[in-house]
Amino acid sequence: MNNPVLNVKAVSKDFGGIRALDEAELVVNDKEIVALIGPNGAGKTTFFNCITGIYTPTSGDVLIDPTAHGNSIRINGRKPNVVTELGMARTFQNIRLFPSMTALENVMIGTHCRTKSSVWGAISRNKATRDEEQAVIQRSYELLELVGLGKFVNELASNIPYGKQRRLEIARALATDPFLLLLDEPAAGMNPQETLELESLICQIRDQFDISIMLIEHDMKMVMSMSDRIYVLDYGRMIATGTPQEIADNPAVIKAYLGEDDDD
Amino acid sequence: MSNLTQDTSQQSAMSFFLTAGCDSLPHALKKSFLAAIWFVFLTFPIMVIRVDTIDKTVVWRWENMAYIALSIFFGSFVWRWLLARKELEKDETKGETKIEALLTVIQTTPTIKFSLLCLIAVIAVVAPLKFTFLGSKLQFFDLYQTNIMVSCLVYVVLGLGLNIVVGLAGLLDLGYVAFYAVGAYAYALSNMHWGLGFWFALPLGAVLGTLLGVLLGFPVLRLRGDYLAIVTLGFGEIIRLVLENWGEVTMGPSGISKIARPGFFGMKMSIIDSTIYMYYIMIGLVIFTIFCVNRLQNSRIGRAWLALREDEIACQAMGIDKMKTKLMAFALGATWAGMAGVVFAAKTTFINPASFTFWESAIILSIVVIGGMGSIRGVIVGAIILILVPEYLRDFAEFRMLLFGAIMVLVMVFRPQGLISAKRKIYKYKASNTASAGNE
Repeated sequence: MNNPVLNVKAVSKDFGGIRALDEAELVVNDKEIVALIGPNGAGKTTFFNCITGIYTPTSGDVLIDPTAHGNSIRINGRKPNVVTELGMARTFQNIRLFPSMTALENVMIGTHCRTKSSVWGAISRNKATRDEEQAVIQRSYELLELVGLGKFVNELASNIPYGKQRRLEIARALATDPFLLLLDEPAAGMNPQETLELESLICQIRDQFDISIMLIEHDMKMVMSMSDRIYVLDYGRMIATGTPQEIADNPAVIKAYLGEDDDD
Repeated sequence: MSNLTQDTSQQSAMSFFLTAGCDSLPHALKKSFLAAIWFVFLTFPIMVIRVDTIDKTVVWRWENMAYIALSIFFGSFVWRWLLARKELEKDETKGETKIEALLTVIQTTPTIKFSLLCLIAVIAVVAPLKFTFLGSKLQFFDLYQTNIMVSCLVYVVLGLGLNIVVGLAGLLDLGYVAFYAVGAYAYALSNMHWGLGFWFALPLGAVLGTLLGVLLGFPVLRLRGDYLAIVTLGFGEIIRLVLENWGEVTMGPSGISKIARPGFFGMKMSIIDSTIYMYYIMIGLVIFTIFCVNRLQNSRIGRAWLALREDEIACQAMGIDKMKTKLMAFALGATWAGMAGVVFAAKTTFINPASFTFWESAIILSIVVIGGMGSIRGVIVGAIILILVPEYLRDFAEFRMLLFGAIMVLVMVFRPQGLISAKRKIYKYKASNTASAGNE
């Protein structure tokens, strides 16, 4: 049995007197697609922010194991850029691209932490820098093609249609060479056709790059059909976990989503 | 027939001019009339009343009132027309004006670009020299103009340096003049005490600028936006006050004089020759700066700066070390300020703290903002306009700064993104047809 790539142990996060996350536990295994669902305001995005270093958890441990061979690294309190360098890349619920840069440049930013040309390299433009630059351009272009943005390469990010912007964010995250891709509501604002295409893209990414994927999503059809396991978060607590079928039949989940029936 | 269409189009252009931004002609007339009255009222105390303190009489210059009323009445039509045209242009094209389109053509056609660059280079090189052409003696710049050009070029370098900090990395720095002062005093003091020459002081100024940039950057760059602006403003003032009050070292407000001009293998030069020499040094420094900034902004680090300017959180989430990247921008900006400072000291041969007030920082920042943030060509044009216009307006005496202010307001109204806005580089890549086919 391989070690889990992400192991979140009893993570809590307080904002003043409000407990946004209450001893949340979560495990992502190697090459797994895990979905995190829950009603609005349940703390899903806070959970993402806690494990990617944007927030520091009040208590608990976030352990990662990029190679899944049993040497875990504790990452709570590390800066977001360090977390990304260690191999966890994310997208944002409200798209956060760099609007006045082109699509290609947006993806090239993702390769920043995997490249190392310095100020001297930039000014002298020596062979190492030129080669690195060319490799970065080529790889970024290929990632854009992969997510279906081949014809928007030199378009400013702000001029790209909304649904495609989400794909651009995925390409940018992939450029950081992650072992775990964290997607925050990737299908928000998409029509059913686009959602379907996105679903196949995510599965393709998992198979082609051999990485694990964790996503927050409200589209139940998509979540049920593609995830290996589902976690349900409500009021900051993990109230259920299991396969899509188990979750669909779980009374606690139904209660969290639909409310309690007083007649029972 | 064609005559008729031309007639109607002329007619509509005329009516567009008259009623731009208004419902109808009476409405437009009323608006202009009100504007004229308002301006007459506003300028009444300064334009009409004149108190003669010697004769102890009051002179009423009613004719000025008529001039103002008339000029505002007709001027307001032009103003509204310009505003309406700007709105139309914004709707029609994606902000690409004719001038920008022309620049793009120049940029993308190598022969035109090359010949244009050659032309500029030739003019720049021969401008300050006296020479005979077809029997007539020619000289573009006399001593006075060469001198102005040197200070203009100093501001080009300063603008390009600040452009890294403000234009690319988006860090609002209001104390940039501090690094400029450090460069100038580094040369002045080392020249006074140890007789250090210009060519040794130039790298020294650069290094000191960088060091101070890093030193200041560490505590300050945790702040952002307005807070950063205020702290850097304070830092600029601290440096100036230290220079003013630490008399034993900096010679205080009386400054340091008799700073050596740049040497050329120990040659003795007259003031005219050394000014021309200074001009060529500055041309060289400007070319070096453009070269470096251009390469930097299209590099891995330049892209990280831009990303940082656009969205700090997303930038960090993509694995960019915020502190390191900001610090690099700050230090590199300060490097060029340090060099410009050394040149300034060598050019004027006298410096005192009065040369390094907040006004200087404000001018350099205006050069970057008016020229176009993040655009090298923009900053050069901005420096030329902001430094040369006040110089050539000296004939207008007290109206000089008024006109200067009016030009700045006009630029900000009609070109809020700066005179020449930055363009993103188009990268070349090898398209792979198989991958795109799979996604169709």
